[in-house]
Amino acid sequence: MYPELGQLALILALLLSVLLAVVPLAGALTGRDSLQAFARPLASGMFVFTGLAFAILTHAFLVDDFSVAYVANNSNSMLPWYYKFSAVWGGHEGSLLLWILMLTGWTLAVAIFSRRLPSTMVSQVLAVMGMVCVGFFLFIIVTSNPFDRLLPNVPADGQDLNPLLQDIGLIMHPPMLYMGYVGFSVAFAFAIAALINGRLDAAWARWSRPWTTVAWSFLTIGIALGSWWAYYELGWGGWWFWDPVENASLLPWLSGTALMHSLAVTEKRGVFKSWTVLLAIVTFALSLLGTFLVRSGVLTSVHAFASDPERGSFLLMLLGITVVGSLLLYAFRAPVVHVRSRYGSLSREIFLLLNNVLLVSATLLVAIGTLYPLVLDYLDAGKLSIGEPFFNTTFSPLAVATGLLLGAGIFSRWKKTDGGMLARKLLWPLAISLVATAAVMVNYGSFAPWAFAGVFTAIWIAVATLWDLWDKSASRQGRLHGLKRQSRSYWGMVLGHLGVAMVMAGATVVSNYGVERDVRMTPGDSAMVGDYEIVFTDIGERQGANFTAQYGSFNVFLDGKLVTDLHPEKRNYPVGMSVMTEADIDAGLFRDVFVAVGERISDDAWAIRLQYKPLVRWLWLGSLVMAIGGFLAIADKRYRIRVKAEEKQKAQAGNTAPGKPAEASS
Amino acid sequence: MRFYPLLLAMLFVASPLRAEVMEVYDFDTRAEEQRYQNLIAELRCPKCQNQNIADSNAPISKDMRDEVYLMMQQGASNDEIVGALVDRFGEFVQYKPPVDKRTIFLWAFPAIAVIGGLLIVAGVVMRSRKQGQQETALSPEEKARVEQMLADKDQPSER
Amino acid sequence: MRRLLLFVPLLIAVGIGVFLFAGIGKDPTKLESARIGKPVPEFQLQDLHDPEHMLDTSVFQGQVSLLNVWAEWCPSCWDEHEYLMHLASNEGVRIVGLNYKDQRETAFSFLGRLGNPYETIIFDPRGSLGFDLGVYGAPETYVIDADGVVRYRHVGVVNERVWQEVLLPVFNQAKGNS
Repeated sequence: MYPELGQLALILALLLSVLLAVVPLAGALTGRDSLQAFARPLASGMFVFTGLAFAILTHAFLVDDFSVAYVANNSNSMLPWYYKFSAVWGGHEGSLLLWILMLTGWTLAVAIFSRRLPSTMVSQVLAVMGMVCVGFFLFIIVTSNPFDRLLPNVPADGQDLNPLLQDIGLIMHPPMLYMGYVGFSVAFAFAIAALINGRLDAAWARWSRPWTTVAWSFLTIGIALGSWWAYYELGWGGWWFWDPVENASLLPWLSGTALMHSLAVTEKRGVFKSWTVLLAIVTFALSLLGTFLVRSGVLTSVHAFASDPERGSFLLMLLGITVVGSLLLYAFRAPVVHVRSRYGSLSREIFLLLNNVLLVSATLLVAIGTLYPLVLDYLDAGKLSIGEPFFNTTFSPLAVATGLLLGAGIFSRWKKTDGGMLARKLLWPLAISLVATAAVMVNYGSFAPWAFAGVFTAIWIAVATLWDLWDKSASRQGRLHGLKRQSRSYWGMVLGHLGVAMVMAGATVVSNYGVERDVRMTPGDSAMVGDYEIVFTDIGERQGANFTAQYGSFNVFLDGKLVTDLHPEKRNYPVGMSVMTEADIDAGLFRDVFVAVGERISDDAWAIRLQYKPLVRWLWLGSLVMAIGGFLAIADKRYRIRVKAEEKQKAQAGNTAPGKPAEASS
Repeated sequence: MRFYPLLLAMLFVASPLRAEVMEVYDFDTRAEEQRYQNLIAELRCPKCQNQNIADSNAPISKDMRDEVYLMMQQGASNDEIVGALVDRFGEFVQYKPPVDKRTIFLWAFPAIAVIGGLLIVAGVVMRSRKQGQQETALSPEEKARVEQMLADKDQPSER
Repeated sequence: MRRLLLFVPLLIAVGIGVFLFAGIGKDPTKLESARIGKPVPEFQLQDLHDPEHMLDTSVFQGQVSLLNVWAEWCPSCWDEHEYLMHLASNEGVRIVGLNYKDQRETAFSFLGRLGNPYETIIFDPRGSLGFDLGVYGAPETYVIDADGVVRYRHVGVVNERVWQEVLLPVFNQAKGNS
């Protein structure tokens, strides 16, 4: 009975989304406040019904209702309850429901947190978000209904959740990713609203910024979680494969980073408006492209959901309407007249423009590399594979260039930077970075050009960032006061950039100085990996919740001293009939030691994978630091001061002569 | 419902998504061992869902790894090894796309993008400079107006 | 002019959309054989039925044949076998079998249960000929012309539709040329 209610809830939510797409927009275009007033209640209603549908599906999982096809395909009575919960988004239909839940959630958030925006703007933004919701509600109801039933042949038990998904990292990864993807729809909606009403100004940029930053932060966490999970769960110690689906998540991230920086310029200086609007549209379009790629089967990927041409076509149509519609609007309505503004060749504006050039080049590079096989196949020019070797060679120089630019750009000023001053400012950071990089090379024992470039760039960013922080926090009342005086927005930037430096350092060091070995070991054997000696002591059996395992014991020694014991295992999941390798990792801030058990080669000999991974944790810690920086930036006081200033202005407006409108702060 | 075929397919290949070390080869030097690891990371399993032969447990991946090791022992170069596998399975199994007239755009793209971008930025800077020059030069009428306004300033304000 | 430039993103998006649309429904894992136009690689393998008798590429000389890669452990091979029987007995198609990574006993039990449509069966327990041919998963069916040159490879089950739409045209073309 409940699943049918769930279906009904979705249909009701669809109806509300249609109303949301139409009514407030009509109100905004005709100036009727009564219609615009519907926006917030409609957004609330939409969210409530979607939440209800989600709750009903979750309930079906938790009570093992295998009459629901989706539950039967993704769950099992023996599954621990927390995995039954996460199984809700373990497959296509449920993850789509999660997507829509977040979409309606963000819509509601925009409705709630936009009281200080002009109501016409809010109405238009919510209407656009409503339109996006309509598309996704139609998609889920028509092609991907999670509430389809298997009656009358209800299976006795479910197919079990893919063991790969029975993991904390995988539980969190989709929600965080979707928060990011869906969050970019807000910047998109703001952009479309601005194109519709023609008010493309610094105010629009300021309103869009916090929403964009939050979405970006979530996406950063989502991608980092995916990478971290792949590292410890898949057993090969890899953290990024340039798989099409991984690339699909990187594309909006790169574009979103460019957007964040471009919005800063548009807000502060009122320039690059047309470009920023395009980025806002493109970033969300890339989010949608990602959704399409994962669910359509067009590209081969380990991450892809089951491919279905019907769903693929529907989704492509959705994507097409959204992108073509918004780009048409852009082509016709974006401003072509340039704002008259002077900025020198070394101004902050130009540094940020160069930053955008590099980030957009990177975005296009990843997009082209991902889609090229498709294009060649279409042209009957063969079936090519484009993978790590290509991307590593072409992406790294762009990353290094962006990083070098970052370091220099931190010291640039708006409008004009004196070249001599800049060069002088950079001398000390340059010297320090060179020395520090050399020290790192010595520490890891070898010099390689790309290792040098990557480490240097990371250190360069960090040194420049901290140097600027030092400069700015100089105060007569002491350093601590000076530091506290910096705005959260500034601290957000500092953390964001330090995070990037950490990620770059981690990526460079682990790629160049990591060691991976496959060795044959019997109990009693030892092998070296890096400076660590691994001794295989024992292997036995143990029983888990829904699996049995071969349980290995290893001692890890460094310079003769015992560092830790590791217990990797090979698990057998009888229901899904699959075998999983659970590596055991000694995690450290500066290195990981990684042991995984492979096949049994003979009676007592096993194939063992040993890995030494220096600085690998910095990849994800750095991402976390970046995301914290983002969240910090939106907690900045200025987003609150506006409210007070506006309230003051409104109070004053009430006292002045009638006919003088209270101006929205800008 | 359509999930079934994929799930069934997965059942027939034990844990295709997990990298299990299936065999261990002996190498004379660490450098050779590393060379082997690098080679198998660059070759693609023809039947998997986008995995290299290092991480794939498919039987064909194992055969390919065996061949890589065999050819290494016979003294073949990396190009020869990759070439032998491409001969049999097609260029699909190379993760590094060949450089030919189909892919020249692909490989050249970063350079094209950056140079293009730099040209745009140069254009932006020059346009800004031109605007600035136009702004600083005042026409005779404008000069007269400025002087008029400065003269007016000395008058008491009416407000 | 500037206005026209603003249409560029739209054009790019439409272009990408065209490629994406074309890709829907295609199976990205179906690979074209790298051996098309090349002769079957040299091999020396036993006849499944007669271990003393060694087979080599001469088995393909003189007439156009299908080379069907099969094994007892391959579930789809069980599915397509009936149609292969039909092709061999009713259509007079010459099918050479390549028993791939299998054992004699299981191969015989398979043939015993489902019948034998093959004129000859090459026994390839280690999969060496399969590897040289570029076989990456059973079942696969090749069209080999009278000179022993590979003309086409089909990955997957051979049924009526596949035969009529895909293999028969190539088969006839190979016949016409030789």
